Amino acid sequence: MKPAAFDFIRAGNLSEALDALGQYGSDARIIAGGQSLMPMLNMRLAKPAVLIDVMGIPGLDAVRREGDTIVISAGVRQAALMQRPNLASELPLLAAALPWLGHYQTRTRGTVCGSAAHADPSAEIPLCLVALDGEVRLRSRKRSRRVKAGDFFVGMMVTDKADDELIEAVTFPVSKPGSGHAFKEVARRHGDFAIVGCAALVTPDAIHLAVAGVADKPQRRSFPLLDGSALSDALNAFAWDLDARDDYHATARLRRDLVRSLGRDTIKEALSCRT
Amino acid sequence: MSHLSAATRHRVAFTLNGRPVSLEAEPRLLASDALRHGLGATGTHVGCEHGVCGACTIQIDGVPARACLTLAVQLEGRKVRTVEGLGPAADRLSVLQASFRRHHALQCGFCTAGILVSLDAFLHEQPHPSEEELRIVVGGHLCRCTGYTPIIRATLEAAEQLRSDPSLPDSSHV
Amino acid sequence: MVAGLKVAVENWPMAVERVRYVGEPVAIVVAQDRYLAEDALDAIEIDYAPLACVVDPIASLASDAPVLHENAGANLVSDRRFRYGDPEAAFGAAAHSVEVSIAYPRNTGAPMETFGVVAEYEPHEDAYEILANFQGPFSIHAVMARCLKVSGNRLRLRMPPESGGSFGVKQGVAPYAVMIGVAARVAGAPVKWIEDRLEHLSAAVAATNRVTTLKAAVTKEGRITALDWDQVEDCGAYPRAPEPATLYRMHGNMTGAYDIRNLAIRNRVVLTNKAPTGLVRGFGGPQVYYALERLMQRIAVELELDPLAVIRANLIQGGAFPYRTASGAFYDSGDYAKAVDVAVADGRLASLERRRDEARAAGRRYGIGFAAAVEPSVSNMGYITTVLTAEERKKAGPKNGAQATATVSLDPVGSVSVHVASVPQGQGHRTVLAQVVADVFGLSPAAIKVVADLDTGKDAWSIASGNYSSRFAAAVAGTAHLAATRLRDKLAAIAASQLDVSPGQIGFAGGAIFATGNRAKTLPFGRVAALSHWSPALLPDGVDQTIRETAFWAPPQLAAPTESDEVNSSLCHGFIFDMAGVEVDVETGKVRIDRYVTMHDCGRVLHPAMVDGQIRGGFAQALGASFYEELAYADDGAFLTGTFADYLLPTSTETPDIEILHIETPSPFTPLGAKGVGEGNCMSTPVCLANAVADALGVAELNLPLTPARIAALIASPEPALPAANRDRPASLGTVKPGDRTLRGEGMAMVAATPEAIWSMLLDADQLASIIPGCHGVKKLSETHFKTDVTLGVGPVKGRYKAEIKLSDLDPPKAATLSGSVSGALGTGGGSGRVKLAPGEGGVTVISYTYEAAVGGKVAAIGGRLLDGAAKAIIGQFFAALARKAAPESKRTGFFARLFGRQT
Repeated sequence: MKPAAFDFIRAGNLSEALDALGQYGSDARIIAGGQSLMPMLNMRLAKPAVLIDVMGIPGLDAVRREGDTIVISAGVRQAALMQRPNLASELPLLAAALPWLGHYQTRTRGTVCGSAAHADPSAEIPLCLVALDGEVRLRSRKRSRRVKAGDFFVGMMVTDKADDELIEAVTFPVSKPGSGHAFKEVARRHGDFAIVGCAALVTPDAIHLAVAGVADKPQRRSFPLLDGSALSDALNAFAWDLDARDDYHATARLRRDLVRSLGRDTIKEALSCRT
Repeated sequence: MSHLSAATRHRVAFTLNGRPVSLEAEPRLLASDALRHGLGATGTHVGCEHGVCGACTIQIDGVPARACLTLAVQLEGRKVRTVEGLGPAADRLSVLQASFRRHHALQCGFCTAGILVSLDAFLHEQPHPSEEELRIVVGGHLCRCTGYTPIIRATLEAAEQLRSDPSLPDSSHV
Repeated sequence: MVAGLKVAVENWPMAVERVRYVGEPVAIVVAQDRYLAEDALDAIEIDYAPLACVVDPIASLASDAPVLHENAGANLVSDRRFRYGDPEAAFGAAAHSVEVSIAYPRNTGAPMETFGVVAEYEPHEDAYEILANFQGPFSIHAVMARCLKVSGNRLRLRMPPESGGSFGVKQGVAPYAVMIGVAARVAGAPVKWIEDRLEHLSAAVAATNRVTTLKAAVTKEGRITALDWDQVEDCGAYPRAPEPATLYRMHGNMTGAYDIRNLAIRNRVVLTNKAPTGLVRGFGGPQVYYALERLMQRIAVELELDPLAVIRANLIQGGAFPYRTASGAFYDSGDYAKAVDVAVADGRLASLERRRDEARAAGRRYGIGFAAAVEPSVSNMGYITTVLTAEERKKAGPKNGAQATATVSLDPVGSVSVHVASVPQGQGHRTVLAQVVADVFGLSPAAIKVVADLDTGKDAWSIASGNYSSRFAAAVAGTAHLAATRLRDKLAAIAASQLDVSPGQIGFAGGAIFATGNRAKTLPFGRVAALSHWSPALLPDGVDQTIRETAFWAPPQLAAPTESDEVNSSLCHGFIFDMAGVEVDVETGKVRIDRYVTMHDCGRVLHPAMVDGQIRGGFAQALGASFYEELAYADDGAFLTGTFADYLLPTSTETPDIEILHIETPSPFTPLGAKGVGEGNCMSTPVCLANAVADALGVAELNLPLTPARIAALIASPEPALPAANRDRPASLGTVKPGDRTLRGEGMAMVAATPEAIWSMLLDADQLASIIPGCHGVKKLSETHFKTDVTLGVGPVKGRYKAEIKLSDLDPPKAATLSGSVSGALGTGGGSGRVKLAPGEGGVTVISYTYEAAVGGKVAAIGGRLLDGAAKAIIGQFFAALARKAAPESKRTGFFARLFGRQT
């Protein structure tokens, strides 16, 4: 388990990173915290010719508020976001989900944007992005654009990001008064990839439930404020539509069951903590 | 911008347990291998090389990190601490280490270096840890010998000692 | 490396011509560092011709099963039946017959440190010096020397004083030590190898998986009169020495803690396409006690008796020790009924029952489980020969015993050193030996230096040496005590002559040697201890050198198997009684351990904290075996758990604290009265937890590991139906049964081109090159057979593969079957799909297809979780490209729409 050889570029500023991406394209990978990429390099699942380190770029470790949006730049580590003083009021869903993300020892290095870029269908950050209908800000030498989370995640580790693009930031809408949030997941062990993860956002007129670990990307569905058997039916339809598959860790049946039961519990909790 | 070619070795300099060190590293050299083979600091152990077992955990600028998920070139200019830097002297144990010894919190000792490094950082962050918090932090490591309970007990006791007497030979952050 | 079995199986340390399991070494690269060596590994191209394989032990018994070793003729390499007492009569007379069927899974010790070897070869001496974190048993030394084709004295095996855990597993470094030795000879230089985790999980050592049917003849009161065992042991692809020891280690104690005089056993050993098995903590015990203690619970359930009462009614009674079991074990000591009484006392059982009743009243699923187990330790090396018939044993010559060796020495300043033929891997040899020897000499433990490394070229050892079968406290520490006592008796004689008293008056305490009752007559310990160095002439008559004593201890109770196959398979027999309360979450299928109590009688406890450390560690590993760990294989032989993200070890958040209790009935057979204690919970805990889960759920059949999916399936009610509105969608992708990793799918597309146009694309190399994802040009071997190099991948995962594509069952221009295979450094894949073309309205062709695919090799072992989605995406890319190429503007529906949602 040793990586294949690669060049290592330390980008001193954003344009250096974008130039390198433009030059090397699909032969290059961005390395930020490395917590998803490094295991793949060590196992030689990934053999990029060039790594571009963006962690030395000044200003890329900023979390800032732009109106009703929290903008999390490419260099923000998961642990740093957890320590943001107002996180629980601004982004209660992330405050609930981040402790489930890997371990204390990996959150110190892993970045929020890196987790989005990796696009693991079980991961918490993509789930929260989809649940809250957040955006991914992409930038290349030629252009910059914003993509809705639901369009950004395409499939298993596949995103809408072009080879010459960098995730400059991900953005989450700030929690609005009258909304409620909840996050739950079931994993084999604490810190493992979720068998099923659920993130719920309840607004005064709708329920939004996003599910990770079932389809090949996190998926969100919105319902009116249902309850009782109407909610059960809606969750059942969602469970079937996610097209769950068996894998070594869980069956499709358990995954559908968890979408129905954990989904209901998550919605219930989100309803109960409406502000 | 610096562009380090895959084909050559590059000088990487950082601080290891308070002392400046440097070595020649290809870009792909893992920090774990740089410490062990490049610098002979074999206290950091390697158990899985995919970031799960935690045996190789080191501190980079005071926060824990998996050395096997870190490249040597990423250590450039950083302050690195390993288990060798936890005790106040080569023949003395830190409060946490001494408590591990009293509580039989290690058997084979292979995972211990990483666990001590993690807990050392965590106790600085959280001097009043609950058992549950400690179980979650230690949950980022695999120990195959102890069943974990002695590790948790040792840490609770060490935390209490450190709280009651800050002059004890805690590993000062360097 | 052939075991004691008399079978015609060639067992090389690496594959010769034929590869029989994933992880079997096929090439060794020697380079300046591991990075370069892995570069070279990537550059090796191997042209595998796939053969049929078998991974299930029962399937491997079938007459049409693929045979792993043609010379052996069949996969069944041993079939022995044993009969003790009169089991047929007992079953004939029994009021009830109760039966359990178990498929015990594969797991392993997974020490945190992997294997490591440094080997050197000296050509002028034709001798090897190999440093390895091996722990014995040294019977393997003889096997290794024979493999290297040198006499034993030309294989100097050195073992370091520290080793990062083993749990039996490090015995498995032996074939690698041989290989690295050969590599050093070929390279003409020392060669070092550090195993990585993927190598370790896929091919180090697995415990055996075993299929067991166990029947009991039972009276209406729940008293067992006979047991009938049928065990099918799966040793993987090669019966590697010392297998089939896992199957025979427990042979003497197949009746467990119970007084059962009639016993029938059938033991079969089969080979399958999985990694070879070997020593793993518990070694045969988990497999046996899982069946036996599940049976005890089933007897209670079926006869409507209290499970604890059934255990109690069958326990060997306190006055019966030493007790000879039906199959020949000689249980040294114990008081099982008392141990159970103490364990349940002080409200421990009552509180479990109260918590169960409260939970159940609230509608929650709570269960209580019990397990009683006899923990054997200090193995009789002769037990392995029970696999042979008495006649075969006679021919092979007698094998028995468990000889242990220890050396205590004095240096010229009178300080004491200890050395034993057993290297520690976390068991605390240095702490315990220092204490044992210090007590003999009246010194402080800090004054004793324990030298823990081992060198077969210089140190005292025997074929039974090593750190295995929990023999440290019982055998090794006891032998150190013997050596120290001999040296002390000589020192007493020297001191007596100097102090002019009789040796019987001499005492040792506080670093001094003195005449008891006359403290004026006192000498410093060091002065007496150094005398033999400085002034041998002063040694009194009858006392020879007093510098170094090596004791060899061989317990007489460990005889070879008798003519009628009775064997005292171990010297010591500890006792464990466990009880657990668990609650099952019916929604998640997860189990929470509410309380766990474990009672041990391991004879005299030498060091309480060390003993409890062994119990806690064994419990944690057993917890892994119960809920998390399995070395899993797909039906096609693909290995699925090559990383710690798939082979799951319990962490501190999963491992509860437990209550540990002790009683002590010292062993009369060991020098210190101690018995082994390291493996017991690996035997008792999995079944105790399973019994608790079975009690919570009211289920009879239960196999490990108890994963959420498995538990949820046991209690699942009928699933809410697919809503009617969704029923027209394509059939779900996915696998049809566990172990079947075939990916299946289907889809369709409407393409604005004629069937003929599409058909010609499929048969055109250039067109294919533009359709196949990542294609680097197609070479046409025939009209229907193409070769190509492709770069395949999803996201950052990319690899270059050699691929072949064949078209068959051609029905132009309506249908064809496309078969493909790929192979590369990351693994192999293969699949086939039937493509049908049907003309639709307005010049549109409807392409419909079904496919099956499977992926194996490294990528299956490390990326299994992501694989199905990745393979699906790549297959989808092919058909999407086909549709795009045929008609760039065509509308895609159904499967494509879902696969490529952003494109439609």
